[in-house]
Amino acid sequence: MKFRGLIFANLFRKKIRFSLTIGSFAVALFLFGLLAVVRGAFSQGVEVAGADRLVVINRVSIIQPLPLSYRERILQLRGVKMITFANWFGGVYQDERNFFPQFAIDIENQRKVYPELTVPEDQWQTFVKDRQGAIVGAATAKRFGWKIGDRIPLKSSFLPGPWEFNLDGIYHGQRRQDDETQFWFQRNYLEERVPDRLKGQIGWYVLRVENPDDSVRIAKEVDELFANSPYETRTETEKAFAAGWVKQMGNIEFLILSIGGVVFFTLLLVTGNTMAIAVRERTAELAVLKAVGYSDRFVLLLVLAESLLIAILGGALGLGLAKLFTLGGDPTRGLLPFFYLPLKAIISGLGVALAVGVASGLLPAVGAMRLRVVDALRRV
Amino acid sequence: MVRVDGGRDSSSLIQARGLDKKYQRGSEEIHVLQGLNLDVDKGDFVAFMGPSGSGKTTLLNLIGGLDVPSAGSITVAADEITHMSRSKLTEWRARHVGFVFQMYNLIPVLTAFQNVELPLLLTKLSKADRRNHVETALAIVGLVDRTDHYPRQLSGGQEQRVAIARAIVSDPTFLLCDEPTGDLDRKSADEIMNLIQRLVKEFGKSVLMVTHDPVVAQRADVTLHLEKGVLVEAAKPEGVTAGGLA
Repeated sequence: MKFRGLIFANLFRKKIRFSLTIGSFAVALFLFGLLAVVRGAFSQGVEVAGADRLVVINRVSIIQPLPLSYRERILQLRGVKMITFANWFGGVYQDERNFFPQFAIDIENQRKVYPELTVPEDQWQTFVKDRQGAIVGAATAKRFGWKIGDRIPLKSSFLPGPWEFNLDGIYHGQRRQDDETQFWFQRNYLEERVPDRLKGQIGWYVLRVENPDDSVRIAKEVDELFANSPYETRTETEKAFAAGWVKQMGNIEFLILSIGGVVFFTLLLVTGNTMAIAVRERTAELAVLKAVGYSDRFVLLLVLAESLLIAILGGALGLGLAKLFTLGGDPTRGLLPFFYLPLKAIISGLGVALAVGVASGLLPAVGAMRLRVVDALRRV
Repeated sequence: MVRVDGGRDSSSLIQARGLDKKYQRGSEEIHVLQGLNLDVDKGDFVAFMGPSGSGKTTLLNLIGGLDVPSAGSITVAADEITHMSRSKLTEWRARHVGFVFQMYNLIPVLTAFQNVELPLLLTKLSKADRRNHVETALAIVGLVDRTDHYPRQLSGGQEQRVAIARAIVSDPTFLLCDEPTGDLDRKSADEIMNLIQRLVKEFGKSVLMVTHDPVVAQRADVTLHLEKGVLVEAAKPEGVTAGGLA
C-alpha cells in the first residue's frame, strides 16, 4: 500500500504521545482480558454443562441432603439413561488457602455420566480397589506437585478426624475448558466414617437422559415424584444449575460490564482528545494534502487509519499481555479454576478496540475532512 | 500575453471574467475582488503586488480552485472551474496546479523524496516511475543529494526548493506561488527566483506569483497591482499594449 509510509510517519511523529496512547489501549485491553477471564471462570460451568444432564438437589438448598434411596425410583422414570450421585466434602489441604473441590463419588457410574473427564483404565481400576483411593484433576495435581502414589491428607470442615487418601489416578478433561481441579474419592469410604445421622444421604444426583428434548418433562416428573415428602427435590438442567450457582455469587456479568464500560468510555475520551490534538497540530499539512489533490474522503480515511492502527496495536499488546498472564495459571489458588483467555474473548477484545478506535477517530477525522484549505492556510 | 481588460481571447490558458469575491465578517461585508478580468497565456510569468488585504492571495486561491468566487468565472485550459464540485476541483487541482507557499508547508516527518512524491501517490504510476519523476524534479531544483533529508535538516532555501519540486513533479499546467521568497534571505530568494524563471523559460511553465517584494516582482515578465480588489496598473509601462501588457 503506497500510503503506508504517510500513515506510519504520522503515527510515529510524537513518539511519547504515541507510546502513551498505545499504552492506554494496552492497559484497557489487558483489563478487558482479565475481566473476560474472570467472567469466563464464573460462567464456564454453564458453557461446558452437558445438554443431556440434569441435576437433582434438595428443594430447600444444595447443602441439604437427599436420601440415597431416591436413586432407584429416579432410574425407573422413562427417558432416564443413568444416574450418579456425590457428596461435598469441603476439606482443605494443609491450610485454608489451598481450596479445591472434593467430592465423594459413586464409582459405578461416575465415568458413565461424565465421559468427558477421562482416567486411564489401569489407574481407575487401582482406585476402585483402594478404599482410600483418590483421583485428582490434572490442574490440581500440577498445582500441588502431586504424583500417583502420594499420600494426601485432607482436613474436612465439618467431618471429624483426619482423612488420608492415596492418589491412584489423574483425570483429564477432553475439552480445554473442562474442570480439572476436582478431587474424587469413594463414597463408600465417606459412608463408613460419617456419623449415623448422615449415613444413607447424598448431596445431589446427576442424571443423563436419553434425549435432551425430554429434559423438561423428566425434571418435572422427578420433582413431582418426591413432592410433599420430607426431602422434596429441585431438578434442573446442568446448565441452569450452573447458571444459578453463578447467580448466587452476585451479578458478576453486570459488575464486569460496568467496569469494562467505564474503562472503555474513559479510553474513548482519552484517545479522542489525542486524535483531536494530533489533527489540530497538522492543520496546515492536511490543507496542503488537499491542495495538491488529496480528496476530503482520503483525509478522513487517513485520520481514521491512524486511529485504528493505534487501537489495533494497543489492543493486541494488551490482549497479548493478558494471555501471557493467564498462561501462569490461576493466581487465586483455586477460586478461579477456569483461568484462561479464550479465543472468543480475544476476538471480542479486538472488536471493542477497533470500535473505540473508530469512535475516537471519527470526530477529528470528520473535522479534517471538512477542513477548507483556504481557512486552514490562513490560520497558519 | 497578459491582459486585464477582459477582451475576448479564447486561446488564453487562464481566463478570469468579472470575478467578484465577498466575505462576511460579522455584520460587515468585505468586497475583496470586484469584477476582475485576467488572461494569462502559457509560459507567462505574472507577479501580483499590492497592500495587505488587497486580494492577491484570494485571487490566487480562486485561480487555483481552492476557493470559489462570489460571481464571475474562471476557465483554465478550457475547463470552467467555477462550477465544479469540491471533489471535481480536487481532481482538477491534482492535474493542473502546482502550489508553492511562503512557509514551504512540507510534511516534517517525511523526507524530501517522500514530500515530493506525495502528489504522485494519487496517480497510477508504478513505484519505479514515481522514483524517476521525483529524482528528475529534485535534480531540476538541485537537491539530488538531499533526497533522504528531512525538512528540519534543510535550510529555508532548500526547503522551498523541495516545495517547488513537489509543485512541478506531476507536471502541472501552471504554478501558483504565494510569496515564495517571503521567508527567505536575499541570497536564497534570488536562488528561488532563478529557479522559478528557469521553470518558465526552459520548461514553459506559466507562473502566477504573489509578492510584496518589488525586487522579486521584477523577475516576473509582468507585474500587476491589486488595490482593493481591482487591477489598477501595470508595473512595466513599456510592456503595455493596446488593452494588454506584454
